[in-house]
Amino acid sequence: MRRIISVLLENEPGALSRVVGLFSQRNYNIESLTVAPTEDASLSRLTVTTSGSDKVIEQITKQLNKLIEVVKLVDLTEGAHIERELMMVKLKAVGSQRGEVKRTVDIYRGQIVDVTNSVYTVQVAGNSDKLDAFIKSIAEGSVLEVVRSGVSGIARGEKVLSL
Amino acid sequence: MELLSGADMITHFLADEGVEHIYGYPGGAALHIYDALFRQDKVQHILVRHEQAAVHMADGYARATGKAGVVLVTSGPGATNTITGIATAFTDSIPLVVLCGQVPSTLIGEDAFQETDMMGVSRPVVKHNMAIRHPSEIPDVLKKAFYIAQSGRPGPVVVDIPKDMTAPNERFEYEYPSKVKLRSYTPPMRGHSGQIRKAAEMLLNAKRPVIYAGGGVIIGGASAQLIKLVDRLNYPVTCTLMGLGAYPGTGKNSLGMLGMHGSVEANQAMHNADLVISIGARFDDRVTNGTDKFCPGARIIHIDIDPANISKTIKVDVPIVGPVGSVLNDMHAIFDELAGQPDQDALASWWKEIDQWRARHGGRYEPSTQDCIKPQHVVEVLHKVTKGDAFVTSDVGQHQMFAAQYYKFNKPNRWINSGGLGTMGFGLPAAMGIKLTHPDEEVVCVTGEGSIQMNIQELSTCKQYGLPLKVVLLNNEALGMVKQWQDMNYESRHSHSYMGSLPDFTKLVESYGHVGLTVRKLDELESTLEKAFAMKDELVFINVYVDPAEHVYPMQIARGSMNDMWLNKTERT
Ligand SMILES: Cc1ncc(C[n+]2csc(CCOP(=O)(O)OP(=O)(O)O)c2C)c(N)n1
Ligand SMILES: [Mg+2]
Repeated sequence: MRRIISVLLENEPGALSRVVGLFSQRNYNIESLTVAPTEDASLSRLTVTTSGSDKVIEQITKQLNKLIEVVKLVDLTEGAHIERELMMVKLKAVGSQRGEVKRTVDIYRGQIVDVTNSVYTVQVAGNSDKLDAFIKSIAEGSVLEVVRSGVSGIARGEKVLSL
Repeated sequence: MELLSGADMITHFLADEGVEHIYGYPGGAALHIYDALFRQDKVQHILVRHEQAAVHMADGYARATGKAGVVLVTSGPGATNTITGIATAFTDSIPLVVLCGQVPSTLIGEDAFQETDMMGVSRPVVKHNMAIRHPSEIPDVLKKAFYIAQSGRPGPVVVDIPKDMTAPNERFEYEYPSKVKLRSYTPPMRGHSGQIRKAAEMLLNAKRPVIYAGGGVIIGGASAQLIKLVDRLNYPVTCTLMGLGAYPGTGKNSLGMLGMHGSVEANQAMHNADLVISIGARFDDRVTNGTDKFCPGARIIHIDIDPANISKTIKVDVPIVGPVGSVLNDMHAIFDELAGQPDQDALASWWKEIDQWRARHGGRYEPSTQDCIKPQHVVEVLHKVTKGDAFVTSDVGQHQMFAAQYYKFNKPNRWINSGGLGTMGFGLPAAMGIKLTHPDEEVVCVTGEGSIQMNIQELSTCKQYGLPLKVVLLNNEALGMVKQWQDMNYESRHSHSYMGSLPDFTKLVESYGHVGLTVRKLDELESTLEKAFAMKDELVFINVYVDPAEHVYPMQIARGSMNDMWLNKTERT
């Protein structure tokens, strides 16, 4: 099953490589990984999406917890949560394509953030399925470049992941 | 507060931490530290002949005492040479602090002379590693290193020290930090009382119980609590390769070792149990055999300090996360309160069944003859000559298994072997670390002619520091364990398992300044060992030629259940 694990990590050199190393060492799979500092400069927040049997997921969380620099972690998929991913796409847009692309972008509540004679650069945010669906709905051959941020997530309601 | 250079802070810290010996080898990036060592006399440095041996020495010391062993090496090749030793300690949860020189911080990343990314290289085989980024951090980082290495589930910690951090003319305030602050690391101190109660009740209700004790009992110093548990319930107990000595090997409830080369009664009892309590053991693949066939009728209690060990390979019914000693103390308190007794009739018939398995113990071997000495027999004679009281280290192979099976360890911390990683070359340096700190105890390395050659250069270190340990070489003129697998699985095609061109060990040992003895005939065996152990002040190396055709039995049949075993070359369970 797909899981989103959120980790508070000491903001120290080498901490990220320990997390990534753990996944490759133990043959766990990483679908996406995002990491950035938090409002507390001493901490980074890392979100990893992964998949595996319950047994594997249990091991992933336990092994992550064993890393000295991991301060706290939560498996967001265990409760209600919000996930978002940002995607930017360069699309071929000439002639009648221009109107069509614009309509599709509107449907997905995306934005055209840069324009040339022949190219639109589009930004779409949402959960990963929505981004996949957007790509699928664009005519084949028009997609020139895709960049995705990877998933970030947060629990719904009053639950917070903090010190 | 004193003003000290980074290098002097390191030696002062080590002295303040109570470290008496460090093991190491100098080189460019570590020279400021070596100079600081020269100018003090509290910490004694032992100069090895290869950095791997320095780590095994520190490891042997740590296994015998429970305290972290300390290593000092230079950058690049000095640091990479420690890796096998660090991985050995990591796999067996042994506390070490490994101080590695590094090129000056200004050169890091420039492919400088003797630069390797030791943080990256060591990462998968350490409990933690840290780099010094400013000399003033040294006391705190070292304190953290010792704390992390020795607490919770112990393990090796590497500290990477760029040369400019130890520069002699830059001085900073030094104070020994008595406390450590680590918000992200809180090892468990107590087990969950509800779970412990549940386990105690299950234990009292069991009809076919087995206590399965591992290295965690030894590392956790919980041997007394284990013995008390066994005595109070009169339950059978089996120890893993790492747990031997946690319960006395000659004790009446001991089933000996379990697992791949475990005894028939231990593996049968496990397979037929209705309750297994694992104490400080981790259901290693060398114990469980086929996990899908493991202990089919048993409910399982698992006490372990590392939550990640719970249900990692075998799903357990009652997990208890905590230090084994404290968990067992709590459990004893609950037993005192419950005051119940196990079903004595059920227990009596369980013991009867176990005694029947014992009676047809597959570990028996054909007797030696005058011209063909059995390796098992050598270990039994060694046990007799040392009154079963020596520290015994081993290397890896058949000799290791014979030592584990036939030297009945009655005390914890006396059987010192690389169980998890299986590192040939471990035995001699580990014995050196023990002898150095236990000069009045007998310390013996049981080895093979393959393994001993992986760190034989350390005989020179033994001479320099006067370490009169004993080496018993079970010389089968082959990489015996490899050859056994080739006999059993590859129709005896002995691909590269024959050790041709062996040195004359007696001459070799003599050239290092020690005493070498050779045994070829059975009637020389005991007298030669007696003679060797009578030479209290000499390192004596006894080269015993043993039956080259011998195999280690019992041996579990791969992927079967625990009790699927070869008993000898032709019979199986
Ligand atoms: C460093 C290392 N390399 C290879 C092995 C694989 N190995 C396991 S046992 C063994 C043979 C050991 O031979 P020897 O020391 O003579 O012991 P014996 O089995 O003959 O008693 C080998 C090569 C190992 N355990 N460690
Ligand atoms: Mg051999």
